Amino acid sequence: MTESQRLGPLADPAQFTDALNIAGYAADDLKRLLRAMLTIRFAEEAVADLVETGEAVCPCHLGIGQEAIAVGVSSALRRTDRVYGNHRSHSHYLALGGELFAMYAEILGRKTGASQGMGGSMHLYAPEVGFSGSVPIVGATIPIAVGAGLAAKMDGKGDVAVTYFGDGACEEGVVHESLNMAAVYKLPVLFVCENNLYASHLDIGLRQPSDSTARFAKAHSIPYRVIDGNDVTAVIKAAGELVKAAREGGGPGFLEAVTFRWRGHVGPKEDIDVGVRRKPEILAAWRHRDPVRRLRDSMIEADLVTSVDVEKTCADIKCTVAKAVANARKADYPGTNALLDLVYAPRRHQ
Amino acid sequence: MSAPVSYAEAILQAFRYLLGNYPEVFAIGQGLWSPWYVGASMKDLDKEFGQARVIDTPISELATTGAAIGASLNGYRPIVIHPRMDFMVLATDQIVNQAAKWRHMLGGKSPAVTIRGIVNRGGEQGAQHSQALHAWYAHVPGLRVVMPATPEDARDLLIAATLCDDPVLYIDDRWLYDLSAEMPPPGPIDLTTQLPKVLRVGTDITLVAASYSVTLARKAAEVLAKKGVSAEVIDLRIVNPLDHGTTCASVKKTGRLLAIDGGWRTCGLAGEIIAGAVESLPPSAFRARPRRITLPDAPAPTSKLLEKVYYPNTERVVAAVEEMLAE
Ligand SMILES: Cc1ncc(C[n+]2csc(CCOP(=O)(O)OP(=O)(O)O)c2C)c(N)n1
Repeated sequence: MTESQRLGPLADPAQFTDALNIAGYAADDLKRLLRAMLTIRFAEEAVADLVETGEAVCPCHLGIGQEAIAVGVSSALRRTDRVYGNHRSHSHYLALGGELFAMYAEILGRKTGASQGMGGSMHLYAPEVGFSGSVPIVGATIPIAVGAGLAAKMDGKGDVAVTYFGDGACEEGVVHESLNMAAVYKLPVLFVCENNLYASHLDIGLRQPSDSTARFAKAHSIPYRVIDGNDVTAVIKAAGELVKAAREGGGPGFLEAVTFRWRGHVGPKEDIDVGVRRKPEILAAWRHRDPVRRLRDSMIEADLVTSVDVEKTCADIKCTVAKAVANARKADYPGTNALLDLVYAPRRHQ
Repeated sequence: MSAPVSYAEAILQAFRYLLGNYPEVFAIGQGLWSPWYVGASMKDLDKEFGQARVIDTPISELATTGAAIGASLNGYRPIVIHPRMDFMVLATDQIVNQAAKWRHMLGGKSPAVTIRGIVNRGGEQGAQHSQALHAWYAHVPGLRVVMPATPEDARDLLIAATLCDDPVLYIDDRWLYDLSAEMPPPGPIDLTTQLPKVLRVGTDITLVAASYSVTLARKAAEVLAKKGVSAEVIDLRIVNPLDHGTTCASVKKTGRLLAIDGGWRTCGLAGEIIAGAVESLPPSAFRARPRRITLPDAPAPTSKLLEKVYYPNTERVVAAVEEMLAE
């Protein structure tokens, strides 16, 4: 295995902890990015609380620590693009502008939820902002995104399809079939691998001969970038380049964003359902490589915001989140008719 | 007889018996090295028997299953574990096109592979984390399908499946894991000689089920007994090849047949149970039209209120029996 096929320092939590390179960004843009990341962070912490109290029952997979990826990728997208997620998709949904209320209503199984209360946390849907659906069967949305890319290409308007998946998904055969098809038909698809180094309880070293999944893109002649997924500016740059090429007919791109999930595979705990070889020190180191802290500190260092400003923003977001949760609690459950009514499309009018 | 053993512990006992006595047996699948994944049913097997024989895998259902089939054709008796039946769907080519047909289409030997698919539903897990697809697989000739309803069968049918020379799909249901019973020590069992069991003798109606639905049938039979109705409960145990003899003998006596199944209605197990009886018995044998209780033909919902109406329960079984008695 050559060094270029491994992540090297990107997988080392002691690296990449310094200020981000925010030169050239407008202050307002950075504030928007920070707000988006903080919103995801607090929104997921609120999900964790709902799980802890037993109010949320459906399986909830938290991406706390991975916020920069969805926020960075979304900055390269437009509403007509088609974005697909997986079991850990709160960030993908929220980064595109999916409603907070609808997410909580969905998690609590209410009729006004993102998926009409029929799916829960693992099934989010907000086509009005380009979020075309998330499902928990590992790898399942990858060929679907290829199809969305095929449709976008046929439409001829320069839209792209995006699929978010984990390092573990790369172990499913369908990923390789999908990469090959996207490459051979030159489809406008951005494959985003959020490599958090774990799939459920196994770290990548127990599952794959290399820790870098971009080798699969290389094998299919797909342009790829391997970046620090906890650096929102790096994500923006790489996603921007790959999406631009896809829009212009250059075919698919593969973005491997290296990150780490702080909580267990499913649920809110930091010590249950984590890696069988994961030690508390590893988590502590990755907590320091926090994508949110790094953006905030960089902005403070550059005198773009003060810590008081940031505190205010945090308080404001927490208030918005709390309101969304409270409203979701008041929402109605789906009627029992939904069980059968939603199985098939309604009969067409003659 | 032992102290009471739970259904989950019984599965663990079967693995320990098999791995301990048969060097050709190994276990392979997702979650096998995890204390959090497949629950108590495989706890610490990797520590006891080593990670060379208790193999955790990448997220590759199709290749894992195919590899187990390949090893079974080359002298081993692997048990593949799919922590959820929904994930096993990805392995369906190897199960349906390869394992089930290998013997017949090549005129040769069967893959002696056991594939364990776990039904894990409820708890608002939704459409892709709730399915009970036994009827699908039972449709396939060449694939034996077993569904233990009791702790003893959880152990014994796993042993029988693993020692069987054909591919066997072993389906356990997490809703049964806490059920406990006393049982004799384990021993080798020939799957091909196993038949349905009458778990409760009765004279007014025959309740036929497999897996968790047997629990519903038994509970309903208790409620009915208090109301003066005598229900006979049959546990099918094996749904392919499906034996109709026990059911028919019972219906001859009771004249009424209610099939209960945790799968969907259309082309499902319950319909097959009824068809088997109707085909073999004269119309005069029936004192009421046979009926079935199944899931509605809809994917599993998440919302708790919908889950409540979705899954069959004891009350619904009792109500159906009362309607049949009033017919
Ligand atoms: C086909 C299939 N197999 C197994 C699972 C169980 N499962 C859910 S998520 C997951 C791990 C996925 O890991 P990865 O793709 O790296 O994403 P991460 O959870 O790390 O975000 C597994 C094994 C599943 N949902 N679907």
